[in-house]
Amino acid sequence: MTDKELKLKSVFLRKNLLKYIYKAKAGHTGGSLSCVDILNVLYNRVLNVDPKNSKNPNRDIYIQSKGHCVEALFVTLADRGFFPESDLETLCQYQSHYIGHPTKKVNGVEQNTGALGHGLPICVGEAIAAKLDDKKHRVFTLLGDGELPEGSNWEAFLSASHYKLDNLYAILDNNKQQITGYNKDVMNTDCIREKLEAFGWSVKDVDGHNLEELEKALNSGPFEEGKPNFIIAHTIKGKGISYMEGVTKWHHGVPSPEQYELAVSELTEAGSLI
Amino acid sequence: MELDKIEEKDLKMGKANQDVFSEIMQELAATDRNIIAVTSDSRGSGKLVPFGKNYPKQIVEVGIAEQNLVGVAAGLASAGKKTFAVSPACFLTARSFEQIKNDVCYSDNPVTLVGISAGVSYGALGTTHHSLHDYAALRAVNNIIIVAPADNFETEQAVRLAAESKIPVYMRYGKKAMPFLSQENKTFEFGKGRIVREGEDIAIIATAETVYPAWLAAKKLEDEHSIKATVVSMHTIKPLDTDLLDQLAANGRPIVTVEEHMVNGGLGEACASYLMQKGMHNKFKIIGIPDEYTVTGSQIEIFNHYGISEEGLKNTALNLLNQ
Repeated sequence: MTDKELKLKSVFLRKNLLKYIYKAKAGHTGGSLSCVDILNVLYNRVLNVDPKNSKNPNRDIYIQSKGHCVEALFVTLADRGFFPESDLETLCQYQSHYIGHPTKKVNGVEQNTGALGHGLPICVGEAIAAKLDDKKHRVFTLLGDGELPEGSNWEAFLSASHYKLDNLYAILDNNKQQITGYNKDVMNTDCIREKLEAFGWSVKDVDGHNLEELEKALNSGPFEEGKPNFIIAHTIKGKGISYMEGVTKWHHGVPSPEQYELAVSELTEAGSLI
Repeated sequence: MELDKIEEKDLKMGKANQDVFSEIMQELAATDRNIIAVTSDSRGSGKLVPFGKNYPKQIVEVGIAEQNLVGVAAGLASAGKKTFAVSPACFLTARSFEQIKNDVCYSDNPVTLVGISAGVSYGALGTTHHSLHDYAALRAVNNIIIVAPADNFETEQAVRLAAESKIPVYMRYGKKAMPFLSQENKTFEFGKGRIVREGEDIAIIATAETVYPAWLAAKKLEDEHSIKATVVSMHTIKPLDTDLLDQLAANGRPIVTVEEHMVNGGLGEACASYLMQKGMHNKFKIIGIPDEYTVTGSQIEIFNHYGISEEGLKNTALNLLNQ
């Protein structure tokens, strides 16, 4: 896949996640749009995963801690061939496996997540197991900045550096907003770099919508031998749709028919400029 | 059903169940490097210091951080490790309840959660250190086996089965030495209660460290009142041995349940719920810790205070028979 095709993929994934949120009349729109570039790069340029052999013991592990942004994950997995995209027609419907949070019943999903502050501790366990078995695969998680106040994250931050888990990558979707408003007003998590460095992690800042920067950072680890890797991906909630960007209500807003058409036309235009 | 009843002449004192856990863990780890213990500054109270010394690569210490304890254990289990998360039952099942529910049970990661110093084992350390909620809490969670072994035999068997279980297991036991309430070479299965004494007049369904006082009470009932009691070690709280409940209730005898747990939501209510829905109308009494601020004292003092004792259970049985 060329760099241009990868950029077009981001547009396609945005269109798709909006399509299925619009159909289901439910979803976490703003956060899915802020993290979908990260997922695109992970699944198309970083992770060693095989849809046809999704339990390969040597695969890289990706666990989405911010499980509510499952729509971004589902469209990325579908595009990567883990399941037919048509399955997403059942999103959030009675008896569907494609519910509002990741579930292992969906091929390619590693853990059931959705309650916040759970992904990182599980990844610490996965990363310790890989070290114990001298395996070379990497373990990735995606955290939302709104979930940082969960205490379990800080327990896991401590243990990851204690065990020198340089095979562990925590990516922060730093879109600066959560359901109530700006993080800094709800619970200030400023100086995250300094906090994580003090906890013994090696930290990189990237533009979370710049695919080259993301790829470079995610494939350049370990940043420092013996230290877990933390990537602060600076993102915009609702990225790519003019009327959603930075607007809190789109945290789990569902577009009206007019809004949906406008969003699709904006994305089509964005694609034409790539 | 094969009986596993023990005679008085066979009754001999064993070790604390936690010492048996420690020994079996070491035995298993010697031949299986996938056996992993995860501790939260609890290797001393969990009797895992020798395990840690002998198998340093098979113990993961997370410090006093129970949420992380269970999350990390889930990750290790997901990666194929036979993982035992060992922590005082009071913290393990309350502080990390959401991790148990989601990361272990819902995500189907077969961790064995080992609740040490369970019930009121910590005695005068008080309610912060008591676990009188754990059966009730975990009975309300799908995909977990709840086991409370009564003696060394049941503990050994439970640890061995848990290591190979594809379903998450919660196991809890106390600190004091327990007499053997099992004959040698008997079988043990999760979900199959064990009859340790047999009599047709009344049934006492007990679990964990309450089986011994139930057995003593049954003996006293026979010696002093010629009342013959069946005593069951219902080591598995979930799934409940409903076949055995059917058998016990069939002749209409009164039933007493006894547990080191609050009377709300534990073994007694599980039995009552089953029997009521089966249309059984046996006289029925649940003995446990009542819904009040627990009296202070040692484990034995608390047991005696609430009638979890030879004398208390004998009197409960007599009262029920006389109602």
